[in-house]
Amino acid sequence: MALLPLVYLAVRATEGGPGTAAEILLRERTLWLVLRSVGLAVSVTLACLVIGITLAWLTTRTDVPGRRGLGVLAALPLAVPSYVAAYAWISALPALAGFWGTFLVLTACTYPYVYLPVAAAMRRTDPSLEEVSRSLGRSARQTFLAVTVRQVRPAAAAGALLVALYVLSDFGAPSLMRYDVFTRVIHASYRSSFDRTPAAVLSLLLVVLTVAITVAETRSRGRAGHARVGSGVPRAVTPVRLGRLRAVAVGPSVVVAAVALGFPLVSLGYWLLRGTSASLDPTRLVDAAGATVGVAVLGAVLTTALAIPVGVLAARYRGPVVRGLEHASYAGHALPGIVVALALVFFGIRYAEPIYQRTPLLVIAYAVLFLPAAVGAVRASVAQSPRRLEDVSRSLGAGQWTTLRRVTLPLAGPGVATGAALVLLACMKELPATLLLRPTGMDTLATRLWTETGSGAYAAAAPYAVVLVLLAAVPTFLLTGAQARRATEGGQVGPVVPSTDLPDRTEGGPR
Amino acid sequence: MRSRRLLVPTLTLTLALALAGCGADTTGQAPDPGSTGEQEPAGDTLVIYSGRNENLVGPVLERLEEAVGLPVEVRYASSGELAAQLLEEGDASSADLFFSQDAGALGALASAGMLAPLDTTVTDLVPADYQDAQGRWVATSGRARVLAYDPEQAPQVAGFTGIDEILDPALAGSIAYAPTNASFHAFVTALRIDRGEDGAREWLEKLADLRPATYENNNAVLDAVDGGQAAVGLINHYYWYQKVAELGADAVSARIHFLDSDDPGALVNVAGAGVLSTSDNVEAATAAIAFLLSDEIQQYFADETAEYPVVDGVTSEVFELEPLSELDAHQIDLNELESLETTLALLDSVGLT
Repeated sequence: MALLPLVYLAVRATEGGPGTAAEILLRERTLWLVLRSVGLAVSVTLACLVIGITLAWLTTRTDVPGRRGLGVLAALPLAVPSYVAAYAWISALPALAGFWGTFLVLTACTYPYVYLPVAAAMRRTDPSLEEVSRSLGRSARQTFLAVTVRQVRPAAAAGALLVALYVLSDFGAPSLMRYDVFTRVIHASYRSSFDRTPAAVLSLLLVVLTVAITVAETRSRGRAGHARVGSGVPRAVTPVRLGRLRAVAVGPSVVVAAVALGFPLVSLGYWLLRGTSASLDPTRLVDAAGATVGVAVLGAVLTTALAIPVGVLAARYRGPVVRGLEHASYAGHALPGIVVALALVFFGIRYAEPIYQRTPLLVIAYAVLFLPAAVGAVRASVAQSPRRLEDVSRSLGAGQWTTLRRVTLPLAGPGVATGAALVLLACMKELPATLLLRPTGMDTLATRLWTETGSGAYAAAAPYAVVLVLLAAVPTFLLTGAQARRATEGGQVGPVVPSTDLPDRTEGGPR
Repeated sequence: MRSRRLLVPTLTLTLALALAGCGADTTGQAPDPGSTGEQEPAGDTLVIYSGRNENLVGPVLERLEEAVGLPVEVRYASSGELAAQLLEEGDASSADLFFSQDAGALGALASAGMLAPLDTTVTDLVPADYQDAQGRWVATSGRARVLAYDPEQAPQVAGFTGIDEILDPALAGSIAYAPTNASFHAFVTALRIDRGEDGAREWLEKLADLRPATYENNNAVLDAVDGGQAAVGLINHYYWYQKVAELGADAVSARIHFLDSDDPGALVNVAGAGVLSTSDNVEAATAAIAFLLSDEIQQYFADETAEYPVVDGVTSEVFELEPLSELDAHQIDLNELESLETTLALLDSVGLT
């Protein structure tokens, strides 16, 4: 399924013959676009790593005041669609147009992809290694860089991958900020629509970039195991005492929240108050909210169901088939929504006519687009749980299926939940594929927002944007809330939880 | 060997889930009776793909059902993306009518052979300049490029005849435009067609040297001129008319000026419609276009959106719009507006993005 867009692109790219494709690839402008897109992706990813890891450390490992609240606050920008943020900024500060505006908006909207998994990993890791490092004479800072960062590396890398792919595939922010990158040109090429070959060739180039990035991420994971099976329960982490810096340490969280969350929300409020076009139809708003939640939940369920097997395999096996399967699942995420949508138009109308422009095909589009977010989360949480537990289960006589059901899947539980929530969020905000593939007459919040802003009715658009942000805040809130609770209730680590669960469900089982 | 233990069950599970997914999809269809099997019996419903905004044309299309005597389904998205979608759908498309915001998207479909020649009862209603030479689409309303200016800062604009006259060093730093706006792109395309690639580049480079201020859209450009932050702005005519209608003539200090007809700065772009060659409802689709060209609906466009009606004899009762036939409109083959990619590459290379 994830390969459908690739097949479609290959069909379209070769239509014009190899000469045309080569001509497009060798244009000077194409090289420029590659450099610009990669440059943007690299700088946003680095900024997200710095912000995400800093906030994760502050909110999980220090005694910064109000860290629970700050922890939730730090994840909430995930609820703001990048096109809403970009519009808010550009209309207030037109001078931001170009690289810096795009950089600012994308960083503000995507750093939670790094923050969330890293904060989870920091809560889960055993402090004993850090204590050993300190006892051997390393300073707190050296320990942070040499031990803590290394332990959260897989989580940070998975998040960074999502950020990089998001930046490569986003259209809304670069187009509002007028920064010419790949996606903007791919869109323009579809808008000029006479010739789909250039768009397809450029999209394939984007896929090649993605595979390169994905392979780099896989390499960075290395061979080191990150699971812990010690005897007993690890101690709760002793928070770093910030001393006099305690109050100052609130600063970064507040600044980031103001930029990423506060500013867009204030702008929405301003539109709402200022406008003359505010003729809100409450039934429309409720219908759109209902439809949004409906398709997003279906999308999250299907995507997560598909992500579990891929994620489990990716964490446990390193064969070429599994690796290929995992990388293929990332292709959809790096392609602009319009490309995935057109690929599904191409296949849908030919081979799945009964579901064309109906909910099932739209849900499949969401799965193609957002599978990586779920796969990454599932894989990371399986990888952090020790394989030995599965061996123990088998040695005690449980079969393959029992082991999968009773050991592996419960271990993957937190990852599955995280993945599902991430996909739910992404589906709610999705626009280009929804526009082309939605059932006739169905409106989501994102499509209504598009209609209202398209006719310049910003005040009428504001309620849809506000409801979208509020709805998207629910899964975000649950995500961080659940994480924080798991961490505080007895300083528990993931791997130990499922094993204590086992006896409850035993009915003459291996125990 | 250990690595094999989970392989079989996980792969089986993948397959099972994939199948379950397909199963769920088909059962999800069940509550939709009559939609499967016989998918498109001719004359069932009229399917319209509309690239025009629902807020603008929704009220019109809602009345279409009465006019054509069939249930009407409208799918809204942007014109270019709908054109791409129609090209992908090809022969299998269930769309009957394409209602586009600009001529470029219609031109793309026409040159791909996807639009059927229209009946003369429809094409006779519209002046030859505002339809495809082979009658595959007609305009339904028009919009003109104009210069908005601040009479205090730049009274000389009222005497301008061509787009070259704004390249005056005295206007450096006080020209406003919206570089991502589709109508601005259409103007640059017209400039390219009129003066060739090099001529257009020369004009754009001179404009870039004057450091024009960029705005998000035409409304923002007009606001800047009206507020005195800019002296001249490149916009479409109806933004000014709508602003005047909303605030009153006294409250708007900005004025607009139409350039001479031989100038690309006087381009009139259109919204239009065409019937898909795969349509099995040609009659109803043709009736729908006739309805869009009826006096009643032409009056709606003239009065609600301040666009130029394309049918002779209709004049706006709300806005002071000259009839299109009396307007010095710049004539190009509107089909050529599809060459957008070249235009964007040109704008990018001179740094006007």
